[in-house]
Amino acid sequence: MKLFENILGGLKPHFEEGGKLNKLYYAYDAFETFLFVPGHATGKGEAHIKDGIDLKRTMFTVVVAMIPCLLFGIWNVGHQHFLAMGEFAGLGEGFVDKIMYGALKVLPIVIVSYGVGLGVEFAFAVSRQHSVNEGFLVTGMLIPLVMPPTVPLWMVALATIFAVVVGKEAFGGTGMNILNVALTARVFIFFAYPTYISGDKVWIAGDSSLFVDGFSGATPLAVAFQNGIAGLDAMQHVSYSLSNITLGFIPGSIGETSIIAIAIGALILLATGIGSWRIMLSMLIGGFVTASVLAIADINPFPDVPAHYHLVMGSMLFAMVFMATDPVTASQTIRGKWVYGFFIGVFGMIIRVLNPAYPEGWMLAILFMNVFAPTIDHLVVQSNIKRRLSRALK
Amino acid sequence: MNNGVKNLKKGFDIRLKGTAENKILDVAQPSLFALKPTDIIGIAPIPKLRVKEGEEVRAGEPLFFDKPSPNIIYSAPVSGEIVEVRRGAKRAISEIVILPDSDIKYHEFGKMDPSSASREDIVNRLLESGAWVLMRQRPYNVVPNPDVVPRDIFVSCFDTAPLAADQNYVIQGKEKDFQHGLNVLGKLTAGAVHLGVTSTSAEVYKRAEGVKTHAFKGPHPAGNVGVHIHHVSAISKGDTVWTIRPQDVAIIGKLFAEGIYDAERTVAFAGDELKTTGYFKTRIGASIKSVVENNVNHDNVRYISGNVLTGTQITSEGFVGMFDDLVSVIEEGNKHEFLGWLFPSYPRPSLSRTFPSFLFPNREYHVNSNNHGEERAYVMTGQYEKVMPMDVLPQHLIKSIMYQDFDQMEGLGIYELVEEDVALCEFVCTSKQPVQKILREGLDLVRIEG
Repeated sequence: MKLFENILGGLKPHFEEGGKLNKLYYAYDAFETFLFVPGHATGKGEAHIKDGIDLKRTMFTVVVAMIPCLLFGIWNVGHQHFLAMGEFAGLGEGFVDKIMYGALKVLPIVIVSYGVGLGVEFAFAVSRQHSVNEGFLVTGMLIPLVMPPTVPLWMVALATIFAVVVGKEAFGGTGMNILNVALTARVFIFFAYPTYISGDKVWIAGDSSLFVDGFSGATPLAVAFQNGIAGLDAMQHVSYSLSNITLGFIPGSIGETSIIAIAIGALILLATGIGSWRIMLSMLIGGFVTASVLAIADINPFPDVPAHYHLVMGSMLFAMVFMATDPVTASQTIRGKWVYGFFIGVFGMIIRVLNPAYPEGWMLAILFMNVFAPTIDHLVVQSNIKRRLSRALK
Repeated sequence: MNNGVKNLKKGFDIRLKGTAENKILDVAQPSLFALKPTDIIGIAPIPKLRVKEGEEVRAGEPLFFDKPSPNIIYSAPVSGEIVEVRRGAKRAISEIVILPDSDIKYHEFGKMDPSSASREDIVNRLLESGAWVLMRQRPYNVVPNPDVVPRDIFVSCFDTAPLAADQNYVIQGKEKDFQHGLNVLGKLTAGAVHLGVTSTSAEVYKRAEGVKTHAFKGPHPAGNVGVHIHHVSAISKGDTVWTIRPQDVAIIGKLFAEGIYDAERTVAFAGDELKTTGYFKTRIGASIKSVVENNVNHDNVRYISGNVLTGTQITSEGFVGMFDDLVSVIEEGNKHEFLGWLFPSYPRPSLSRTFPSFLFPNREYHVNSNNHGEERAYVMTGQYEKVMPMDVLPQHLIKSIMYQDFDQMEGLGIYELVEEDVALCEFVCTSKQPVQKILREGLDLVRIEG
């Protein structure tokens, strides 16, 4: 501690006014405030004591909540690879190999995402002379978790730059953005390089020419979209049973497959109060109701797939826990959160089921509702104003 | 009581070590007293002085007035010699210091029976004695305009703020004056005098006559008068209500019963940096020196006139503010904490459940004045709403002030709020926004330009 304090103390004059590296002050500041909560006492006209929480702790809590998804994702990337190769088919077999393989695929994506994103953040902080904000701690982890394991690293870098520059810094940085930054990165790849992030070929890492004959890399969602429950049951080489789908032993984006890992993250977010339970619950209700209505009305192209399958297949729960609850881009009022979450559930399910090209909808539904969140809040605020006025006139 | 108990769920009790013990401290009366024009919202920085250095005054004789409203007098809380007029930046007057007599001499105003006196006579008596300025007007929390008849007058008889003075204790011995003061207030308003009480309130409050009593229950800010106003009869545009603290009601009562302005106040000295906590029977504007001298654990402490959420920082020789009945002494937080955001080195109160403190709701904390993080743009939402037991949208109101949208500020209820009502929002804010300051800017905007 003292050591860090001495090193930083020795460096500080170079970065302060008059120092040679004054222009880089905010880069230095980011490191200093990371290591030490500054000795700022509360100012004049402010409350003299403040809550122990700050944005660093808030963001870090979200990162912790994502770690189960990351760890499971690393194992599952390896597991899916060896399944496709026809090796280590049992869950317990080849654990170390699977971890090693998964780590080799996943960690570079994480490193590129954090490295490039933080680089952009620091560049903006230095050029605009403001402190480095903590928001990217979460974004940097979300981006890898929503990528297929085969995504090229240069693409991750490009998408991250696009998301941070166009999605966030152009609006003024953390707290000012309109669209979810991690989803902006994903949607960039989705529209710029669609073949790298959709279809049946991208979910299993490895050289597909070496995969066993007849192996399909299709996700359960894609299979169900084509052939329904019967299709899921008939999968060769792998099992797409409800329990396997729930536990996450299936192909998909790195962090989205295991409902268990997501649930641990959700519990952390809910227990700490960092994630909005209202958004999670209302999105779940919206999605389930819509899936049920579509199934009952028989306009569901997923043959015989019941509504509860829809909740665990694909990325709905990951999107619900980690994307929809982003406090900056979600509705900010209590009532607004109910409406916001519900309509993500509705639109996401409609896009998933009725869009003929691509059987998934959460990314687009959330971005769509991001755009509408300010309008929802506006209506809630106006209703509050009206209520006060009517009380005044009573 | 003519209403059921209003059970407020939202809010947060910040429990701190060092609540004042219910005992009178055995310390000498202060060697200096001072009135601070800076305590008064909206007054010109250089009010017109009615005294010069070296002059003698009696308690109740005018010290200064604000030039735009010369009939509102600020009078001496004690008799003695004006020893100094201290000035701050741009020669603004910061303190008018009095060296008190050992036996206080009072200016005689003569007794007045509020039941037979006219409203005009009562107003004039309050104005000339200086007791008028003990009342405050909402909106804005300013000194009331004597030309306006308030819709209602509100008195909160309990205080839920951290380390707050026990309002049952400070009123002891002043029960008669308190009731008498309520009778005076009753003549001032077109509506009623409303008392906010809680289940543990003393009989003097619960059984007060000629008033409407309302019971409240819940965590801080349940004791804030603004919360009571909101739930009894909210302030809309154009409404004026007045508020006053219980001890000041007693001062007004004594003024009419005995004809003297006796600015006596029992002040709590609290905080775990004090070796001995307790109450100090003194007068408005007392120097804290005689109480805190040799009574603090170390030098790196912060003296606050008022509570730790809304009070004003003063020096160890400073003076208790005009509206305060509490002095809080806490550790200064001017030190680095290694990875403090991740592994806090000591337990701290927090609304957020990212600290284990939420598992121990009754635990009392040692606190310091560290900001615990840097100011950031708004990220988290719904935090303010958790601690605001009123039908207002605090975060949207604060934002509307930031972009100076007058219609939105009015629509979202800026007239209902003063700093203390949003102090908890500021405490819990993850982004460390100066919420009270922003609200005051908004209030100044609508007061001056609205």
